[in-house]
Amino acid sequence: MNNTPAPSEITPPGLYARRREFLKTSIGIGLAGAVLPAPTFAAPAKLGDGAKKSVFSTGEEQTPLKHITGYSNFYEFGTDKEDPARHAHKLKTRPWTVTIEGLVKKPVTLDIETILKLAPLEERIYRLRCVEGWSMVIPWLGFPLDVLLKQAEPLGSAKYVEFVTALQPETMPGVRSRVLDWPYVEGLRLDEARHPLTLLVLGLYGDILPNENGAPLRIAVPWKYGFKSAKSITTIRFVEDEPRSSWMKAAPREYGFYSNVNPDVPHPRWSQAKERRIGEFMKRDTVLFNGYGEQVAGLYSGMDLKKHF
Amino acid sequence: MPLLKFVIFILSLLPFAWYGWGAWHDTLGANPIEAVTRGMGTWTLNFLLITLAVTPLRKLTGWHAALRLRRMLGLFTFFYAVLHLTSYLWFDQFFDWGEIARDILDRPFITVGMAAFVLLIPLAATSSNFAIRKLGGRRWQALHRTVYAIGILAVLHYSWLVKADQSQPLLYGGILVVLLGLRAWWREVERREQLAGKYQPKIRNRIIPIQPRR
Repeated sequence: MNNTPAPSEITPPGLYARRREFLKTSIGIGLAGAVLPAPTFAAPAKLGDGAKKSVFSTGEEQTPLKHITGYSNFYEFGTDKEDPARHAHKLKTRPWTVTIEGLVKKPVTLDIETILKLAPLEERIYRLRCVEGWSMVIPWLGFPLDVLLKQAEPLGSAKYVEFVTALQPETMPGVRSRVLDWPYVEGLRLDEARHPLTLLVLGLYGDILPNENGAPLRIAVPWKYGFKSAKSITTIRFVEDEPRSSWMKAAPREYGFYSNVNPDVPHPRWSQAKERRIGEFMKRDTVLFNGYGEQVAGLYSGMDLKKHF
Repeated sequence: MPLLKFVIFILSLLPFAWYGWGAWHDTLGANPIEAVTRGMGTWTLNFLLITLAVTPLRKLTGWHAALRLRRMLGLFTFFYAVLHLTSYLWFDQFFDWGEIARDILDRPFITVGMAAFVLLIPLAATSSNFAIRKLGGRRWQALHRTVYAIGILAVLHYSWLVKADQSQPLLYGGILVVLLGLRAWWREVERREQLAGKYQPKIRNRIIPIQPRR
C-alpha cells in the first residue's frame, strides 16, 4: 500500500470542475464588497448548459461519475475494467471525423465540431445493463442518432447500420492483444438505429464525454447489453446484410446480433436473470429490454428472442 | 523453522486482511462485492499452486524442511476456498438454494468450481497427524493425490469464467502444467531406473511404491 489516493477518493470531475465557480463566486462576493459596481462572473460554459430534459429519462438514482469512468469495458485500453481510466487519457479525440458511407445517396465525412452543432443537446438518463450482470444509471448528453444518419440520406436498400470504433494503436495498449478482432465493430438493424431511444452521445453528467467512456462520440442503445453501444466511432456504414460484430466473431455461440437485455435468455455460461446495480448490495431482477419494452417491444414482434439472442 | 512458519502464516493472512480493510473502507472500486469474490478465488488458486510447488522445490533445492510448510499452505488454500464459496453463496445468490442448484447443473464453470471445492473438503479434514495415523500413510497419500485433479478443475473454473481474455487462466494453467509435469517426469525416471534394476523400491522410501509394468 502506498500514499496514492484510491480512485474512489479522487473528487469526481464534475465537482472538481465546479471548484472554480465556487472560487469565483467567493471572490466575486469579496470584490463586490470592496469595489462597486459589482462585476458579473459567468460560470465556465459547459456542454450540458441549457440541455433539454427528456421524457425518456429515468428518475432512478444516478451512478456516481467516478464509477461510470472508473469501471468500464473498453477493451482497446485493456480487459480490466480499471484499464480505460488508466490509459484512455492518451486517446486523441481532436481532430476527429465521422465518415458515413455504404448504401447512402450522399456519403459524408463530418467533423466533430460540426456534429456537436447538428441538433440541440438533450440530457437522457438511461439505465445501462452490462452482459456481465451489473448495471448503472447514466445521464448522457446527446441527440437522437437518426439526426446524424439522415445527413447521408440512406438508400432504400440499406437494412443495417455498422459502427466502427477508432483504431489508434499508438494510444490503445489493448489492441496489441488479439482478444477481439480490431477495429471494434458493432451493428444495429436500421429501425433500431433510427429508433428515438437510440442516442448519439456527446457528453456525460453535463460535460463532454470522458475518453474512457468513448469520447468524442458514441451511441447509447439502452435496451441492449452495453457492448452494443459502440464507443469512439469513426465510421458509420449502411449495409444490406446483418453485420458480424467483433463479439460475434470472438464467440458466436455466446453473443448474438440482437443482444437485447432479456432475463429469460441466459448467456451460455451464466444467468441473466439478475443484475447488481453498481452501488447496491442486493441484486435486482433484470427486466426484459432493460425496462424499455414499452418503447421497443414492437421492433421484435413475432420474433423468437431465444433464437435471435 | 518455527519462526519461518510463523512469518508465512502472517503473510498468508495478508490478502484476507487487505480485502477486509478494503471492504470496510470502500476502496475496492465500483463493484466491491465482485472484487472480494474474485480476489478470494484468485488467492485460492495462488495458494493451491504454492502448495503444489513445495515438493518440486524440495526436490530441486534439497531443502527438505519445506515439507513442514505444506500442510499450512494447503489449509490456507482451503481457507480462501471457503471464503470464495461463501461470497458466491451469500453475495451472488443470497442463499437461494434453487438458483444455486441450477447454477451447478447448468453452468460448467460453477460445476467444476464446486467439484474442486467438494474434493478439497476431505483433504482439509484429514490434515491432522491423527488422521494420517488413522488412515495410514499409504491411503492418506492416495487420497491427497486428488489435489492434482483439484488443480486442473480450479484452472478450468477460472478459464470458463472469463469473457474473452484468457491470458491469466493460461498463466495459471502453464504453471500447473509445469508443477504436475515435473512430478510425472520424475516418476517416469524412477520407473525406468527401477526397471533397469538400479534399486529396490524400499531404498527410495516411497510410501506408495511404483510397480513398474514391462
